[in-house]
Amino acid sequence: MAGRDAPAAPVAVKLTMKDFKSDQEVRWCPGCGDYAILAAVQSFMPELGIPRERIVFVSGIGCSSRFPYYMNTYGLHSIHGRAPAIATGLSVSRPDLSVWVVTGDGDALSIGGNHLIHALRRNVNLKILLFNNRIYGLTKGQYSPTSELGKITKSTPVGSADSPFNPLSLALGAEATFVARTIDSDRKHLQSVLRAAAEHEGSAFVEIYQNCNIFNDGAFDELKDAGTRDDYLIRLEHGQPITFGKDGQFCVVHPPGGFGLEVRETASVSPDHIVVHDAGVAEPAYAFALSRLPGEDLRNTPIGVFRQVSRPSYDNLVHSQVEAAKAKATGTPEEQLAGLLTSGDTWTII
Amino acid sequence: MTKQVRQLDRVVIRFAGDSGDGMQLTGDRFTSETAQLGNDISTLPNFPAEIRAPAGTLPGVSSFQVHFADYDILTPGDAPNVLVAMNPAALKANLGDLPRGAAIIVNTDEFTKRNLAKVGYSVSPLEDGSLDGYSVHPVGLTSMTVGALADHDVSKKDAERAKNMFALGLLSWMYSRPYESTITFLERKFAARPELVGANIAAFKAGWNFGETTEDFAVRYEVKPAKMAPGTYRNITGNAALALGIIASAVRSKLPVFLGAYPITPASDILHELSKHKRFGVTTMQAEDEIAAIGAALGAAYGGALGITTTSGPGVALKGETISLAVALELPLVIVDVQRAGPSTGMPTKTEQADLNMALFGRHGEAPVAVIAPKSPSDCFHAIIEASRIALTHRTPVILLSDNYVANGSEPWLLPDVESLPDLTVEFASAPNGEDGTTFLPYLRDPETLARPWAIPGTAGLEHRIGGLEKADKTGDISYDPANHDFMVRTRAARIEAIQVPDVEVEDPDGEARVLVLGWGSTYGPIGAACRALRQRGHSVAQAHLRHLAPLPGNLGEVLKSYDRVVIPEMNLGQLAHVVRARYLVDAIPYNKVRGLPFTAAELESMLEDVVKNG
Ligand SMILES: Cc1ncc(C[n+]2csc(CCOP(=O)(O)OP(=O)(O)O)c2C)c(N)n1
Ligand code: SF4
Ligand SMILES: [Mg+2]
Repeated sequence: MAGRDAPAAPVAVKLTMKDFKSDQEVRWCPGCGDYAILAAVQSFMPELGIPRERIVFVSGIGCSSRFPYYMNTYGLHSIHGRAPAIATGLSVSRPDLSVWVVTGDGDALSIGGNHLIHALRRNVNLKILLFNNRIYGLTKGQYSPTSELGKITKSTPVGSADSPFNPLSLALGAEATFVARTIDSDRKHLQSVLRAAAEHEGSAFVEIYQNCNIFNDGAFDELKDAGTRDDYLIRLEHGQPITFGKDGQFCVVHPPGGFGLEVRETASVSPDHIVVHDAGVAEPAYAFALSRLPGEDLRNTPIGVFRQVSRPSYDNLVHSQVEAAKAKATGTPEEQLAGLLTSGDTWTII
Repeated sequence: MTKQVRQLDRVVIRFAGDSGDGMQLTGDRFTSETAQLGNDISTLPNFPAEIRAPAGTLPGVSSFQVHFADYDILTPGDAPNVLVAMNPAALKANLGDLPRGAAIIVNTDEFTKRNLAKVGYSVSPLEDGSLDGYSVHPVGLTSMTVGALADHDVSKKDAERAKNMFALGLLSWMYSRPYESTITFLERKFAARPELVGANIAAFKAGWNFGETTEDFAVRYEVKPAKMAPGTYRNITGNAALALGIIASAVRSKLPVFLGAYPITPASDILHELSKHKRFGVTTMQAEDEIAAIGAALGAAYGGALGITTTSGPGVALKGETISLAVALELPLVIVDVQRAGPSTGMPTKTEQADLNMALFGRHGEAPVAVIAPKSPSDCFHAIIEASRIALTHRTPVILLSDNYVANGSEPWLLPDVESLPDLTVEFASAPNGEDGTTFLPYLRDPETLARPWAIPGTAGLEHRIGGLEKADKTGDISYDPANHDFMVRTRAARIEAIQVPDVEVEDPDGEARVLVLGWGSTYGPIGAACRALRQRGHSVAQAHLRHLAPLPGNLGEVLKSYDRVVIPEMNLGQLAHVVRARYLVDAIPYNKVRGLPFTAAELESMLEDVVKNG
């Protein structure tokens, strides 16, 4: 198995989007945001320069989790919520692979919430794409852990009574080393985020706002419509002051004495008080404050890379422990085993 | 003073004290000394789940029983010949198991009014004549230990704590045990605190010398070495043997091992042990829960490792959905269930065999897996290698059912020659297998084993997608075709039935038996001992023991039908008996006890005698 211990370094292979399309018929509802994400991923993949056989997509259960069937790479469609756990075992034992997890808001945050936060705190070398449509698609429209309070669905005819998770706040609470958000409809932005995620060593958590046109249509319209999006969206750029709005009329500041960040009118703020985005801030508190900016009406929604810091991956730490132990050992494995069996208190009968 | 030396063929000693008295360690050391001497041994630790139950109370009693003999033995012994009772609670909790005439060594220092009251003695049993039928040796274990350590630079508390070494020294003298290994052990254990090395060795020697000088112990005993097959031995617990067997599986398969586990009694020791042996390419992961533990193991198996997860019953319940996924994916996976008394948290440190139903049937859909059970501590080594073999060659989950009794009990183990262990190497798929020479069919099967190719990521040209949705035969594409589903369900069942397992062997020395005792797993020892005892008394009885519970041995039906009566003792309410009745239409007689303790040979003997005599 030559090459199994090598890291997933890009090697020169010329592939095209077509190479990443599998022969399976795509079966999402017409108009589903998942199509756009699939196309964006398929056309981005060649950029990685990684041969298809070294790429694996692991998913849970949900509409979004059908994703691996459509990628002409290795793929594992697993069980509800468990993809991060399964992918952890794969990634840790196969450092030569590029392992991607595709999950939904129910899959990742309800049934699989535990695995998600633990993968993130361990910093497993996984690229986790959470397709957030704020609804259970596959089971036909129940509210999800990202649905807004009071959401009326099949299972909540008079409105849901539980407050939603903010997926990015959750990931940051788990001290994820790479946290980003993007939108299904903006292919260029989506691909720029995927690119940054792919380059990150450790867990990269990407929330993708995805429209479920059947059960939660228009959930992100304000972020997409030409008339509103510029005033609603904050496009984060590393090293740039955070201003937004059609005419840059809004900005983000850190009010003295406050805990978090707030949005102000640019005109009312001295330019050196505008926060300059730095994804590399070691303390997750800054990115957390960014994640708290949007209101329920989706105003002030940052997209882009919130946080990107360097911390050894779990894979690397585990791998180096095993390698260090192997390096110290002498003799063939059989000889070592014989030595181990006869270690401790033994006695011999002749 | 020269003491009389008496020869014995077998002895059962039980060390009992408070959880904090170090009885497990004392028992372990005595066992180790005994092993050095070449006696056959079997041990039974019995301890509470609480780390420190209130001192001096009945729930806080911890004990360790060791049975040693000059011939081969099968159980830790039904009844102790000697009880070491470190306090009134230990005496009270264990007295009921002692036959009249047994020796009791009591630590009189602990028989204070307060301690007696804690366990409901209004008068000391040492004074009210209630122990008249026993041979009682009152010894001031604590005070004599403290006295012996007067010149040592240790605190009073540390001196008192060394009383277990005094007791060990006394017993080692009584049974003429070689004690060098204990001295070395103490030197290693307390290497960081040399003053404790000295104190513990001094306490041990004080106990030994006390035996030699006091008139209370007039006789010293010897038990000659057992006649055992030539070779090198070590004493081994079931959990340690499982860990070694997993390492052996790594070596013999030339595959990396990935162990995912979440701590749970009585399985955690396997994780602890394996985490020390990374040099064999063993990766251990303490996962966030049992579902993640098996998930990670399955992910590693998908990537070409030998994936293993170790747990106890509650953990297996959580893993059920992932085991079903592994059935659908047809990937190798080994699941170790060290059974404990349930349901729910039950009695976590006590033994039971009540997870057989769960192992055989406890999943959604038709999800058959292979099931295998070791019969003794050392057999765990070979059983897990067998589980790995089945998993790897047949690409299936395999559940290994150990239990607390084999996991923590110990026996001498004749160390195998590494080269004699089975070759577990398997081949990964490396090229397309379709007729056109370019397509890859992930569900095209080996005609003999019905196993599908193990095509691991990284292999160019074999990119494919698999998952839990039903797959079309051969192509593995998603399929909702009714006939295909029916075919795949039957094929998954046939795959398990296609696993080659050896015929079950019957031990029926005179060939006259009309009654067969059938067991599985850890009941082997007590059943075997009961059968021996019956035969010695002139009765005929046959014994068969199942290692493979799925698939069952091919000859089992025939074996069962060739006896008039079949008796099935189990530490559950008749789970194997149920299977046997359903599958072979044999009117088996179940014999069931669920007390958290192994069967005694005596109770099985009297039950079987009744069946043999009265049918
Ligand atoms: C153990 C288990 N429980 C429940 C289900 C049913 N189920 C399938 S997908 C799903 C929710 C999916 O929602 P989400 O993760 O948001 O994915 P989406 O379909 O919206 O992409 C549920 C509850 C299941 N497959 N397995
Ligand atoms: S139900 Fe919603 S999420 Fe699922 S495929 Fe249809 S549109 Fe997409
Ligand atoms: Mg959803």
